[in-house]
Amino acid sequence: MIRLELPQALCSYAEQNSSVVIEGSVKTIGEALSALGRRSPTALDRIMDERGNVRRHVNVFVNGENIRFLRGLTTPAPDGATILILAAVSGG
Amino acid sequence: MVKKTRGRATVKKARRKTAVKKARTSASRSQDALLLVGTMKGAFVLRSDKSRKKWRIEGPHFRGEAVYALLHDARGSRPRTFAATNSMHWGPTLRTSDDYGSTWSEPGPQTVRFPADSGRALAQIWQITTGRPTEHDVLYCGVEPSALFESRDGGESWHPNPGLLNHEHQPKWQPGGGGLCLHTIIPDPDNSRRMLIAMSTGGVYRSDDGGRTWRARNVGVRAQFLPDKYPEFGQCVHKVVHHPKRPGRLFLQNHWGLYRSDDWGDSWQDIANGVPSDFGFAMQMHPHDPDTVYIVPLEADTFRCTPEAKLRVYRTTNAGRSWEPLAKGLPQRDAYETVLRDALTADSFDSAGIYFGTRSGKLFGSRDEGATWTEIADGLPPIVCVKAAVGGAA
Repeated sequence: MIRLELPQALCSYAEQNSSVVIEGSVKTIGEALSALGRRSPTALDRIMDERGNVRRHVNVFVNGENIRFLRGLTTPAPDGATILILAAVSGG
Repeated sequence: MVKKTRGRATVKKARRKTAVKKARTSASRSQDALLLVGTMKGAFVLRSDKSRKKWRIEGPHFRGEAVYALLHDARGSRPRTFAATNSMHWGPTLRTSDDYGSTWSEPGPQTVRFPADSGRALAQIWQITTGRPTEHDVLYCGVEPSALFESRDGGESWHPNPGLLNHEHQPKWQPGGGGLCLHTIIPDPDNSRRMLIAMSTGGVYRSDDGGRTWRARNVGVRAQFLPDKYPEFGQCVHKVVHHPKRPGRLFLQNHWGLYRSDDWGDSWQDIANGVPSDFGFAMQMHPHDPDTVYIVPLEADTFRCTPEAKLRVYRTTNAGRSWEPLAKGLPQRDAYETVLRDALTADSFDSAGIYFGTRSGKLFGSRDEGATWTEIADGLPPIVCVKAAVGGAA
């Protein structure tokens, strides 16, 4: 089981839930996000572009570590992990 | 508590009154003025009656998101307003409104998207344009990185134009300061197989076979920033306009250079006759007169501000043989303003309203075709897009 924590800006795309539980076999962060996309395509479109890259000003953390400094979308997602999606500090 | 009930006759009378009021409101609404203003931090909707003396401002809609493209589509039986919004964090989306911009749809799954095998991702929607007047459900989007998308179902689904997507010149198109954007889309109202587009950089391209193939149409347009000053393509075209009454004649504001074509872009002639600078972004056709065009010259690409710190719109009424400054009511001291490519527009009233917004957040308007100007709003976020329409509640 993987828990995905969404920022407030994306909760409306997940039936107002700030947390989504992904059950079943998920090995990587990319697979976890794909599972989110199957349930909520709009949420995934906001997190990733159509090339399958995480948007530049979005950060994805697994158990507190930014996946940009790990193995990106191929970073392992161990059972019980929490994936946190946050807007970067940029904005205006 | 006493609950009052109305008899059947009273209810009928009330319904009739409501119907009459609705019809009257609808008739007056059709003559109301609507201004859509896109900024770096959201969109504003301004409404006035046909006198256009007083404006009521609503917004910002899409707080914090850049809005580079807006369109009010009044064709067919269902007027619809479109806004291209871009969140720095969550990316670009297309929103719609069916009540003249009062309320907007929430983002759905991204419909303007590049094919997976293209290796490209949508960065921004720069332009939304209607198809020909008889093609009620046809819409076009110009996007960054440069590509043309078409919808044949009123904006529900979008498909990239493969002829441009896979054009042999495509790998050599380079981004300008604002990004590699396709910003101008001009369908020929008389010929369903002809269309012209323009991008920065890349230049002008035209299709004569319904969008299957595209040829560069830049003969005579200068590219000051390239070793070959008159290349086949690669020009930094900032805007192209035309008038439906005379569609084959085009006016072009270049990154240095003002041009006119009388042959659908096959050749271009310099028309920078009497302007303080031929650099600029914005260009707007008069809604009724195919000889009249408006521009806002900027000093230089190295100093993109109004020349001599005077805010002046320039107008030609003879298709570019001469230009005159229009400054009455506009600041003429310390006005270091910038007007971007889609921030100048016109409404379609008999005495045309001309409007523009500045990067410093000022919105100006003229009710007399540019003879006199008033400041409609100040203190808005940087304005990147202004569109006018007739209709909507004042």
